[in-house]
Amino acid sequence: MQDGGRTAPAGPRPDRSAPPRRPRSPQWAAWAFLTPVTLYLGLFYAYPLYRNLDLSLRHYTVRSFVQGDAPFAGLDNYRTVFDDPTFGPALTHTVVFTAVCLFFQYALGLALAVFFNQNFRLSATLRALFLVPWLLPLIVSASTWSWMLNSDSGVVNAVLHAVGIAPVNWLTSPSWSLASVIIANVWIGIPFNLVVLYSGLQSIPASLHEAAALDGAGAWRRFWHITFPLLRPVSAVTLLLGLVYTLKVFDIIWIMTKGGPADSSTTFATWSYRLGFGNLLPAFGPGAAVGNLLVAAAVVFGLLYLRVQRKQALS
Amino acid sequence: MNRPTGRRLTAAALTVVALAATTTACSSGGNSSAKGGSGTFTVWDPYPQFTAGSAWAKLLDGCGTEAGVKIKRTAFDTSDLANKALLAAQQNNSPDVLIVDNPVVSTLAEAGVLTTTADNKLDTSKADPNLLAAGQAGGKTYGTPIGANTLALYYNKAVLKKAGVDISSVKDWKSLTAALAKAKAAGKKGITFSAIGTEEGSFQFLPWFWGAGANLTELDSAQGVSALSLWKDWLGSGYAPNSVLNNTQTTSWQEFATGDYAFAENGTWQLANAEKAGFDYGVLPIPGATGGTAAAPTGGEFVTVPVQGDTGRYATSRKLVSCLTSTQNLLETDTTLSYVAPTAAVQDKQVASDAKLKPWVEAVKAAKGRTSDDLGTKYPKISEQMWKAVQSALSGAASPKSALASAQAAVK
Repeated sequence: MQDGGRTAPAGPRPDRSAPPRRPRSPQWAAWAFLTPVTLYLGLFYAYPLYRNLDLSLRHYTVRSFVQGDAPFAGLDNYRTVFDDPTFGPALTHTVVFTAVCLFFQYALGLALAVFFNQNFRLSATLRALFLVPWLLPLIVSASTWSWMLNSDSGVVNAVLHAVGIAPVNWLTSPSWSLASVIIANVWIGIPFNLVVLYSGLQSIPASLHEAAALDGAGAWRRFWHITFPLLRPVSAVTLLLGLVYTLKVFDIIWIMTKGGPADSSTTFATWSYRLGFGNLLPAFGPGAAVGNLLVAAAVVFGLLYLRVQRKQALS
Repeated sequence: MNRPTGRRLTAAALTVVALAATTTACSSGGNSSAKGGSGTFTVWDPYPQFTAGSAWAKLLDGCGTEAGVKIKRTAFDTSDLANKALLAAQQNNSPDVLIVDNPVVSTLAEAGVLTTTADNKLDTSKADPNLLAAGQAGGKTYGTPIGANTLALYYNKAVLKKAGVDISSVKDWKSLTAALAKAKAAGKKGITFSAIGTEEGSFQFLPWFWGAGANLTELDSAQGVSALSLWKDWLGSGYAPNSVLNNTQTTSWQEFATGDYAFAENGTWQLANAEKAGFDYGVLPIPGATGGTAAAPTGGEFVTVPVQGDTGRYATSRKLVSCLTSTQNLLETDTTLSYVAPTAAVQDKQVASDAKLKPWVEAVKAAKGRTSDDLGTKYPKISEQMWKAVQSALSGAASPKSALASAQAAVK
């Protein structure tokens, strides 16, 4: 653009100080630039959200879904969902799943980030290898986990057997299924935490560590009193992003256990899917209601994230 | 900085116009792709395994040529098809011919998506009544079966020989359980099936449920509890692996194909794989609790004609369906799909060309549609509660009795 302007002999010379030739044009340009984004946001964000809200407030049957004449039902679908015997367990599982996953992903990610921050030989290669879980399609990693954790032919039980421990029904026992999907999800989530925290660590000046070391602080003390406090802003962002991601995890659980057995690994995400699509006769209303509860939870944490970010920007 | 604004403005305006044009082009293209011109008829089927050059695709094209129209075929994964059909109907965009899994027919009929045979004048008189029943609700028929499959027990002859089991002694649940015990004692494994928490799990449990004499309208009857207790005891005694809880019918077949299992509950569609398994196998209809053959659920698809705005299209759609379900074409299609044909004439031809199909034809004749008995759209709810109860009982979360009792309470 600029080059073209300079070389074109017939064109008027650009002049910084000259007043705008057409005063209204920037306004128009602004609107023109805004239109695609608005269209995009409207089509792909606002409308689906509105539809989901609408779905959850109407009494849909397959017939009224097709004919489009579903009667308005107010909060009936939400009442159905709250009264459902699955609600309690699904809520507990969602909270436990999210909390435990976040804790381990963060702790292990931080440990690995500190480890790789030492910059030993091959550390870059090793770090790249740790990214593999992130790069794999979820269907591949979840299927592999479900194969490894198979009660009868899984490699995990084979190893347990070799060291003399009785086999565990990882995916098919109500007391283990939630633990199994948590393990798989932690494994998948570590790379994200590792990468973000590693870059956070690099921004901490080495001189601080050196000074502390000279003052006689051990490695442990240096970590808790220098690294960890200075990493706080990065940690907050990592945890909040991780929370929003983990809250809506669906594919891993669905592929590994389908939320079963007996709802023992059902979270809001899998429950919503099962209501809407898991059965030959879909229950769109309650399914959408559960989906909206998830959206609401994510929005709350999203706002929290924005607030934290603003605080960081101010400080 | 000011001058380029004009140019940028033009560029932006052009982009917007172009975008708008593309969007409208897309949406109008979307409409015509499913509706087609008067000369193009759309067919949706659940056979993504058949690619453009396959015999099935050629058969569709051939039937189109015969009816004087062009065929636009789209293949979906079978679990997607019901939702896709509902969405298409909501947008007035239904295909002309829809081939769909039989338990879905009553749901689509309930939604008002499908025409009845009274509207589309399809001739369904040749189809076996027990198969056709899955596509009937409230005295109306909503399509015609293209082929049927069902479940039976495959057995591994070498394993049974090693265990000292005479297959002719397996006549009821007691003798079957005794055979499983012998297989286990001989260091082999008993039986594998699929008890996964989806429709597949209900499909596999039904022969035992019906074989006990239970009825889908009363899940927690004593007979129903006895069927679930049978499975539970097999798992408890180690006759069946714990992995059945997560097995699809495909993974269950893979377990059987290792050659370690004496029995496997699986369907007609595995016949081709059974030939490749590398060991001698036999097929036994699933026994009832006290003998006889248990009714197994029918699988397989129905050819249906969805409702169109332009009712003039039905005449050509009818020609297409009649062509697809003509005796010669049924024989070819059902052979490729490894299905049993829905009409007696074609079944005889199938048995004549392959004697191994005989037990399957018999099993299909004894089989029962899941949505039959006028259950219709009540079935999906019952089925979901049933597979949940199976999962609860087998995983040890509840006893068979209380699992089925809460299932029945949830159906209401």
